[in-house]
Amino acid sequence: MQRPLYAAALATLLICACGHNQGTAQREPYASTYAPRAAVPVLIRHATVLTGTGSRLDDGDVLIQDHKIAQVGKGLAAPAGAVVVDAQGRWVTPGIIDPHSHLGVYASPEVWAMSDGNEATSPTTPDVWSEHSVWPQDPGFEQARMGGVTSMLILPGSANLIGGRGTLLKNVPATTYQEMKFPGAPQVLKMACGENPKRVYGKDQHRFPSTWMGDVAGYREAFVKATEYKAKRDAAKKKGGSAPDRDIGMETLADVLDGKILVEMHCYRADQMATMLDVAQEFKFKISAFHHAVEAYKIAPLLKATDTCAVMWADWWGFKMEAYDGIRENIAMVDAAGACATVHSDDPIGIPRLNQEAGKAMAAGWRAGLDIPRERAIRWITANPAKALGVSDRVGTLESGKDGDVVVWSADPFSVYSHADLVYIDGVLRYDRAHPPAQPESDFKLGVLGSEEEMQ
Amino acid sequence: MKAAALILLALLPGIASAGTIAITNAEIHTLGRAGVIAHGSLIIRDQRIEAVGQNLALPPGAKIIDAGGKPVTPGLFDAYTSLGLKEIDGVEESDDSAAKKPRYSAALDVADAFNPRSTLIPVNRIEGLTRAAAAPESADGGSLISGQGAVISLGSLSQWLVKPKAAMYAQLGETGASLSGGSRTTAWAALREAFNDVRRAGAPRVNPEHPSQLTEEDIEALRPVLAGEEPLVLHLNRASDILAALKFADDNGIKLIVRGGAEAWLVAQPLAEHQVPVILDPRLDLPQHFESLAARADAAALLQKASVLLAFALDDDFATHNARNVRQLAGNAAAQGMDREAALAAITLNPARIYGVDNTLGSLEAGKIADVVLWDGDPLETTSFPRTVFIEGREVPAISRQTELRDRYMQRLHLGPYVKQ
Repeated sequence: MQRPLYAAALATLLICACGHNQGTAQREPYASTYAPRAAVPVLIRHATVLTGTGSRLDDGDVLIQDHKIAQVGKGLAAPAGAVVVDAQGRWVTPGIIDPHSHLGVYASPEVWAMSDGNEATSPTTPDVWSEHSVWPQDPGFEQARMGGVTSMLILPGSANLIGGRGTLLKNVPATTYQEMKFPGAPQVLKMACGENPKRVYGKDQHRFPSTWMGDVAGYREAFVKATEYKAKRDAAKKKGGSAPDRDIGMETLADVLDGKILVEMHCYRADQMATMLDVAQEFKFKISAFHHAVEAYKIAPLLKATDTCAVMWADWWGFKMEAYDGIRENIAMVDAAGACATVHSDDPIGIPRLNQEAGKAMAAGWRAGLDIPRERAIRWITANPAKALGVSDRVGTLESGKDGDVVVWSADPFSVYSHADLVYIDGVLRYDRAHPPAQPESDFKLGVLGSEEEMQ
Repeated sequence: MKAAALILLALLPGIASAGTIAITNAEIHTLGRAGVIAHGSLIIRDQRIEAVGQNLALPPGAKIIDAGGKPVTPGLFDAYTSLGLKEIDGVEESDDSAAKKPRYSAALDVADAFNPRSTLIPVNRIEGLTRAAAAPESADGGSLISGQGAVISLGSLSQWLVKPKAAMYAQLGETGASLSGGSRTTAWAALREAFNDVRRAGAPRVNPEHPSQLTEEDIEALRPVLAGEEPLVLHLNRASDILAALKFADDNGIKLIVRGGAEAWLVAQPLAEHQVPVILDPRLDLPQHFESLAARADAAALLQKASVLLAFALDDDFATHNARNVRQLAGNAAAQGMDREAALAAITLNPARIYGVDNTLGSLEAGKIADVVLWDGDPLETTSFPRTVFIEGREVPAISRQTELRDRYMQRLHLGPYVKQ
């Protein structure tokens, strides 16, 4: 048994001297190398379970086995060798998913050297990939894990009309981004409306675009080119003719037109979102979600009709003209209108507290007379972001066959006093509040307090 | 002309006039000696709290509000915000929070720019915020000394200035270094020079080639700070910076307040010994800067344990628009081990003490100004909200630009009319 394993390891070393676990020679470049380590089955018992499907199960059990949710119900039997967690008085939810984060690309510490989120040298940069900027030692990942966040979408910033590809990560401690990359998740394209591109280029650099109509012309020009590129690529595939010269940016946009890459679009104002839906219609691509979407409540029926998610803050407003009409009820109103509503952080301090942010948004809805039970509101930070990111079949709910991303909360997860007690990612216990790691996971945090005690 | 103006003021929509009000059956968090009073009553007459306690005789004719056992607290007090000084950060002409290319520094006074009709004020006061230290921010290209703040009321268009020149604000640490020449050494030298200029004002300088960085107006503004009458709020995060500031304050007889304080827990003992308060954002538990490498989630609990006087304020881009979220800061501090009443004190009584207005504000005690909030649940909880807010005994209308937007679109979307629960 030992010899073949050794031979395989040696072969990997010879073929791929890449310094970390990149698997076999067949691996595609930039592909995920994440594989959960072996884990015994876990049976969580007697919890208040919010399944993420809209149901609530009191005195419920959740069984995680072979990295997946095996069963959710009452009085489940523990398989042989299972760890049994008595969660009496505690709550269980799917792992929290942040559909908009810049962890690793705008890392802590916020120094110039770690500021890798905006390739602000051209308004159209579909050729850049945020994953290439991700620094896995960002202490924010660990902090987010302590807040129950098991996956997050890492996006480029919003300086550009087309800012580049974003990537979904599993929030596991790692030395390389490939070890965090969510296997099989679709990549996304970050685009941005409104003030940011026209400020960065027009106002600060006196170049195109300097207006919102300029922004729109910029998207259209890019997608005209992408349409031509795709036509050449399709023709070459079909007839075996000459393929277009390789263009990394055009490959991304053509993949958007093919529906392989999802569009995640930063957009605040209702009218601008409606304009972008027209741009998408003109070039026959789909916008998966509007991000920030401070005025989503004004066009909630349109979002529903076009099956477009809104990715929102609970209460950020007023920091820009386009954010002046932000209201606390935005998320609840979009949800009540039947559209896909999600909460995001866009912030390293906010990401470990997405549960609190959802709590504020839920309570704002109650005060507006909307009946939003907790089992519904939990979807804003679980099932709905999974939909916005194209991974509904994998995560976001506690259903048999889904990834074993599960959080046991000390109390009602929407409460400010609630803590993530246990965080499982693919069935592996990645955070245990009762037994925190002796040292921080991030290399950056080592040595800070070192010999403080001895040197007093 | 004056009479006409008064009539006009009276006609403006605003806060209902005061009378005698009795809140009964409340869980009263007095923040005073009486502590928490279960099933208590609180009587407001005109602008003041007349009585607080159990089994009070209710004055005849008083408007009775049955709290149904819910919490009542003092109005919330934000220890650092730019409320009234800006509408929108990204709209420069609406933003007076920071001087970008100032000729002046200490002489800058937020009271000159304060707008009591700011749309941000109702947004924040309907959530229980009744008082704030309106303070200057610092901008790239600005001065080390940002200027003077004022304690303001969120409940009056005319009587908003509660305490002018309540504190002087300056930046040390990383920001101070970058504003003063690129090093902490230049920042401290500049601050020492400023106070030495105040001391020797009128006398000729040793080197006339090197005139003071300060104008006469700045020097005048710094006098009460050097006299120990007006506190100096220094933005500091690194433990060593805080110790340097304690020494500076001692050497100059300055009343110091530390704002920021990410690593204050490391020097909690000296802070407590010097009786220097800290204005903290307890959410900031990441090493976001090299001056905050030792930031930790339970910093507030550790500081409280060491008897450091603590106030909470947002230390991020939302310190002004979301000043209302000070109670989420208190909730987070409590979740990390701080005593809940102590956390509540950090957003009510303690800011009043820090800015020297606790004789009239910050707690629910007879004789104090009636800033009172009746909550529908635990005030530190995400899901709670005020049922009624009183500022100086007058009920705040539950209306803001945001509630009007909500109501308009609730109706347009046929989501039903807004129903106050």
